[in-house]
Amino acid sequence: MSDAIKPGEGAPEAAKPAPAARKPIPKRPVKKPVVMETTPWEGPLADALKGRFGEEISLYGTYRGQNFIEVDVKAVYAIAAFLKNEEAFDYLVDLTAVHWPKKERPFEIVWILYSFDKNTRVRIKASLPDGGKAPSVTALYNTANWAEREVYDMFGVEFDNHPDLKRILMPDEWEGFPLRKEYDIMRQDEDWVRENLKIESAQ
Amino acid sequence: MPDTILAPPPPPPAPEATLLDSNELVINMGPQHPSTHGVLRVILKLDGETVLGAECVIGYLHRGVEKIAENRTYQQFAPYVDRMDYVAAVSNGLGYCMAVEKLLDVEIPERAQAVRVILAEINRIASHLLWLGTHALDIGAITPVFLCFREREEALKIFEKYCGARLTTHAFRIGGLQYETHDTFEKDCLAFCDLMDEKLKEYHALLTGNRIWVNRTKGIGILNAADCKDYGVTGPVLRAAGEKWDIRKAQPYSGYEKYDFDIPTAENGDTFDRYMVRMEEVTQSCRIVRQAVEGLPAGPIKGKIGKVIKPPPGEAYVSIEAPKGELGYYVVSDGSLNPYRLRVRPPSFVNLGALDKMCRGSLVADVVAIIGTIDIVLGEVDR
Amino acid sequence: MEELLSSPYLPPLVATLLIIALFPLVAGYMVLAERKVLADLQVRLGPMRVGPYGALQPLADALKLMLKEDIIPSGADKWVFWMAPVLSTFTALSAFAVLPLSDKFYVADVNIGILFILAMSSIGALGLILGGWSSNSKYSLMGSLRAAAQMVSYEVPLGFATVTGIMCAGTLSMQGIIQAQYERGVWGAFDNYLLMLIPTVLFIIAGTAETNRAPFDLPEAESEIVAGFHTEYSGFRFALYFLAEYAAIFVISGICVTLFFGGWLRPFPNVGFLETPLNVGLPVVLFAAIALACIKGATRQIITGFKLGMFGLAGAALLLAALFAVPVINPLIVGLFWFLAKVAVLVYMFIWYRGTFPRFRYDQLMDVGWKWLIPMSLGGLIVNSIAQMLARS
Repeated sequence: MSDAIKPGEGAPEAAKPAPAARKPIPKRPVKKPVVMETTPWEGPLADALKGRFGEEISLYGTYRGQNFIEVDVKAVYAIAAFLKNEEAFDYLVDLTAVHWPKKERPFEIVWILYSFDKNTRVRIKASLPDGGKAPSVTALYNTANWAEREVYDMFGVEFDNHPDLKRILMPDEWEGFPLRKEYDIMRQDEDWVRENLKIESAQ
Repeated sequence: MPDTILAPPPPPPAPEATLLDSNELVINMGPQHPSTHGVLRVILKLDGETVLGAECVIGYLHRGVEKIAENRTYQQFAPYVDRMDYVAAVSNGLGYCMAVEKLLDVEIPERAQAVRVILAEINRIASHLLWLGTHALDIGAITPVFLCFREREEALKIFEKYCGARLTTHAFRIGGLQYETHDTFEKDCLAFCDLMDEKLKEYHALLTGNRIWVNRTKGIGILNAADCKDYGVTGPVLRAAGEKWDIRKAQPYSGYEKYDFDIPTAENGDTFDRYMVRMEEVTQSCRIVRQAVEGLPAGPIKGKIGKVIKPPPGEAYVSIEAPKGELGYYVVSDGSLNPYRLRVRPPSFVNLGALDKMCRGSLVADVVAIIGTIDIVLGEVDR
Repeated sequence: MEELLSSPYLPPLVATLLIIALFPLVAGYMVLAERKVLADLQVRLGPMRVGPYGALQPLADALKLMLKEDIIPSGADKWVFWMAPVLSTFTALSAFAVLPLSDKFYVADVNIGILFILAMSSIGALGLILGGWSSNSKYSLMGSLRAAAQMVSYEVPLGFATVTGIMCAGTLSMQGIIQAQYERGVWGAFDNYLLMLIPTVLFIIAGTAETNRAPFDLPEAESEIVAGFHTEYSGFRFALYFLAEYAAIFVISGICVTLFFGGWLRPFPNVGFLETPLNVGLPVVLFAAIALACIKGATRQIITGFKLGMFGLAGAALLLAALFAVPVINPLIVGLFWFLAKVAVLVYMFIWYRGTFPRFRYDQLMDVGWKWLIPMSLGGLIVNSIAQMLARS
């Protein structure tokens, strides 16, 4: 049971010897499918979640001792509310996103919750299609306010019901979302730079 | 499964902080202002001198650290983390190394762990000293900042002797340490602890008993424990609100479970309590450094780790107790040489989010005190 | 020519010209002294580059300020913006007119001298208010509003403390106040069975607030409102505000010395046998010690010019010491010596506060002013009048 895989991936390969076996590394590593060796997460909290939610949670996993669940994005608010109100996960540690452009649903949003009583963390992950919206958890955790703004700023992922969704780190008029994979590290909003900094290029 | 549970709640009311439309005085504090600690810009809505709302505008120091991480190898990126919270560079490096080590699943030798603890704690003292100096300066006491810099210099000398750098140290490497400690390392650290114990009395004499200082800080910028959790505020701010929570105790890392130290807490969660908590933390850090130095084990300083760092595909979130709060690194690896995604959970950024809550109803002079008491570093807020 | 020399207007005219010509320099050196004292409190050296031990720093600062562009914000009320620092400086300097620098050296001895000084220092506040208001900047406006409120509140305890002092002396003339202390044989501060210490302390506190010095420097609280009322000022106009501030410090210290510390009288003015040791011995020893310190400092200088400068200073100090030793000249200058020495002690205290205390908050400042200082100064007045009635009837 040690080969719980992300959906849409090929058969698991023997990953342990893989890094050592592939000695002649080419300059650019071969783009191989992403495989994370997760083990199923079992425990009272997982049972509680299983008892409360069904289809919405598609995976209960553990990697390097860290528990996470993969959920349907529509259910995130409900799950977060359940965890907060009934399981005492009263602290949203972080909220971020990962961009997987090759995937069908390229944006993976990650909520990291912590419970002071249980002294344990849990990650909630949900994927979004391009242009999809995630529910905002600002009503549950005020931390999410700025964190969601940052995700919007960097990835262009919008959050439903966010009180004031606007850019936070980049200038308001900036074009493009810097942490998307197709956004090259050298790229910049030339027009913005010309207009606001009065220089030809910021490079 | 009822459908209702999937429906998100109705949108919350529009925030008051962004009202810039009424007749009250709106002033723009920063980004060029003597006491916004760099390039923080706060738009204040005032009624006379009473603050009705504060809105932070950040990003003036945004360098795209997370994007840079995706374009560098794991080792290449390590020096960059020092540039986020540059007054606590050692802690930043420690968190980053631990996150990558978690992905690699390697064991760090005990000696390396102990040296890491020593340097991180000395860095915590240095960071708190800088905070104390600038915070006192914001409240109008112009002398403590020089005294604090005098002592901080000693801490920086230890870093300089250890790794050659004073501020952005890059003291640790993934897998352990790069350098063996220098000959006088133990002696220097112990001397620094003795110095701090002595000088703390001087600070207490200058500030703690001062009526003006107490009046300026007691009851200012109160944030209770529930609000702290709601806003995700951690570190000394949370502990000053009475929550006895410190990652070094809650989820010990790098061998912190071996040392005997207390978590200082206070009750009211105001500026004065945060001041006292941080002052006490300096004492506790001295205790840890003493224990770590005295029990410094011999042995290797680097774990079994290859020249090329290539973690298997996976992800990990590792957090440490940085001087300012919970500093977390969420690293996603796709099995290549570069981090696929690296997210920093900066304590300054999250703690600053509570500024509006803490400021409302106070006076302009208090805003300055509150910005100081949150202890932000803009390099970390903006990244 | 002879007529001119014997004219009664000559001495005050000379004194006025001397004060106006010299005070900017004195203010410059007060700034240097402040920087050096603060540096000493703060484990650093202070200015060390311009001249030996930074001795020429005030001149460099003045030159820099004069050469700087005189910027007027586009939305400013130009004329008010121009005139406000002038008003501040003018009133601060005119207060010198009745300051009894010594028994020989003063501009005028008006029979309502102290009223004149209080009036002038109150008008000085107008300069800050107008300057802040005309800048058309929010920070300046807040600074000037703070200045207005602060000056109004602290004028009252300052006035009560002054009234107590006047009551004790029985006259409004500055020279008369000193004379009264001489006749009673005790400094104002220790009169009435030490009860006069209450108004003395209150005067110093209220005077610190009146001159906008730390911990009451709210109108220019740099960590809160950038630079307060002079945020938008630059160059020479900024220098004028600086000059006015230091003139005000000098004047307030001067009044305090006059009212409570015997003005130009030496300590224990009625004890005859102290005459020579205090009036001759002390200044001679002091200046000789300064000369020695200068010579010692000169040996540490590397640059020849600086070395010579230090020797020059030593020579000047020795000359002064010699002057005090000459019986004919001594009575002419010893009054000035004592007055300036006492003022220097008070100015040192002002600097010391700045290095020690955090800043008050606006509402706390008002609290302290209205709830503590005013009742206490009023109480001090009543207690002192009763004590005086009992003691002198």
